Amino acid sequence: MKKIKSINSRVWLSSPYLFWIVGFTVIPMIMIFGYALTDKTGGFTLANIGAIFEPIHFKAMVFSVEIALGCTVICILLSYPLVLALRHLHMGKQGFTLFILIIPMWMNFILRVLAWQMILSRNGILNFLLTSLGLNPLSLANTGTAIMIGVVYDYLPYMVLPIFNAIADIDEDIIEAAKDLGANSFAVFCKIIFPLSVPGLLSGIVMVFVPSMTSFVVADILGGGKLQLIGNIIEQEFTKNSDWNLGSGLSVSLMIFVLISMAFTSKEDAKGRRESAIW
Amino acid sequence: MKDVILQLDSVSKTFDGKKVLDNLNLEIGRNEFITLLGPSGCGKSTTLRIIGGFVKPDSGRVLFEGKDITDLSPDKRNINTVFQKYSLFPHMNVAENIAFGLKLKKKSSQYIKDKIKYALKLVNMDGYEERKPDSLSGGQQQRVAIARAIVNEPDVLLLDEPLGALDLKLRHGMQRELIKIKKEVGITFIYVTHDQEEALTMSDRIVVMNKGIIQQMGTSKSIYDEPQNAFVADFIGDSNIIDGVMKADRLVEIQGAAIPCVDEGFGRDELVDVVIRPEDLVITREDQGYLKGMVVSIIFKGAYYEIKVRVGQYDWVIQSVNPAQIGSMVGLTILPDNIQIMHKPHSEDAQVEKRD
Repeated sequence: MKKIKSINSRVWLSSPYLFWIVGFTVIPMIMIFGYALTDKTGGFTLANIGAIFEPIHFKAMVFSVEIALGCTVICILLSYPLVLALRHLHMGKQGFTLFILIIPMWMNFILRVLAWQMILSRNGILNFLLTSLGLNPLSLANTGTAIMIGVVYDYLPYMVLPIFNAIADIDEDIIEAAKDLGANSFAVFCKIIFPLSVPGLLSGIVMVFVPSMTSFVVADILGGGKLQLIGNIIEQEFTKNSDWNLGSGLSVSLMIFVLISMAFTSKEDAKGRRESAIW
Repeated sequence: MKDVILQLDSVSKTFDGKKVLDNLNLEIGRNEFITLLGPSGCGKSTTLRIIGGFVKPDSGRVLFEGKDITDLSPDKRNINTVFQKYSLFPHMNVAENIAFGLKLKKKSSQYIKDKIKYALKLVNMDGYEERKPDSLSGGQQQRVAIARAIVNEPDVLLLDEPLGALDLKLRHGMQRELIKIKKEVGITFIYVTHDQEEALTMSDRIVVMNKGIIQQMGTSKSIYDEPQNAFVADFIGDSNIIDGVMKADRLVEIQGAAIPCVDEGFGRDELVDVVIRPEDLVITREDQGYLKGMVVSIIFKGAYYEIKVRVGQYDWVIQSVNPAQIGSMVGLTILPDNIQIMHKPHSEDAQVEKRD
């Protein structure tokens, strides 16, 4: 009896958080679903959710997936070499390199994107450098490339850190054991380091793919409003068009897509482990 | 002329300005069970890591069957290691761990299957193929690690304190099994340990090391019976080590008593270290014996009593099957054969360091 009582009293400690999450997550979610499943007169409809397949929405969705996938892949390709190099650095240098990587995260997200706008714009820093070196200026402003640079810059630390954690945990003895058994550096990476980094890689993917898929500020600033991610369309439905029903419907579609792709990731995880176990 | 498989030729290594190995020369015979024995920091593990290819010596060469392999990376040496911390691959089951080396060598799957079966039988782990390392006990993990190394049929197996993390009883069992495995596979074992009892039990030959220098090499019996310096005597087994003066050939003076011994060739009145094993001292009546002293303590140790007898400032340790009365005066006697006389170390490097 006493035990139950003490558990109950502990549960109360979480009440501030419970109020927060109910007030700012659960209720808004219910409202979103409510709007999504009704039309302007309040009648039930699936049209808002199905609207994702309208050409303009679908095109934005595909573009979002492209950006998110590209960003995730680029982040992975940048992370592994960095993390492998970090593994061999001494403690002090390791901490310093990670520190440099993390510093930008302390600055406001929008400020960082605005900085990129300055760098990439027609008369920006990049083109100034290129022309002073006698090269042709690039017109990166308001392109998909600019958006890609922005999201990679923003989300790279979220890929590096979990992979670093996973790989830093690998005992040097295990790597020596693999070499001892005849593995060269490439085999050590493929058969030991990569499989053991998969849990970190998966959380990195979740932390990079989802936010880059749903971001709209980067596309707004670096895409010049011409290139629209699904996030931009949803934002416009809520703000400019005041069509909360359609905005909610598209949000729900996006949410469903994200949930499915994350389920796919964890399925790949189980399968990946089985595969790495078989090789 | 014995068949030398591995040779260390004037190998030196310095870490952070500290000399870990100093001009080490060592020949290891084919099929030998050789043990590098010494306190931590004596250079024994570094020697093993140099043989394995994980550490490059600053100078000197490593020769394998006469060929220089000093610059060869570990994966290109037909030498495998059993690590102290087992170091099994946590994401693979037992069978996959054992198959690791064979798969890299592109052996057929039937061959690999047969080898796994054979190796697991050899280490008494049949039926554990599907288990993950973290579901095994320390002893079981070390068996798998041994199997994983042996399936590759290395010419030399390096064992880096492989039993260090196991409890005493398990360690004794594993010592016997290692000897059995060694006989079965018939390859060279180079074993590193700080446990003198383990070294004495298993090895064909023991290399006692301290401060990066080989102190003595020889069979278990010769190391135990005829330590060449006070370090070896102190490190291997319990010993009474005391200053003596050589009065003549075959006569040593200890604590004022002239005692016959068998050693010759020392200078007259040369100061020496005298080593006498506790089991070699015999307690007699007070008026017999070379030395006279008082019994200050007695501890029952099961198979024998450990008795301390104070003679002058020195407490002699004696192992005896008969008890003695604390406070009584007794005599100590010893056979000439059982006295070991050693030169005092003269150089700085050979300076002995007491085991902590």
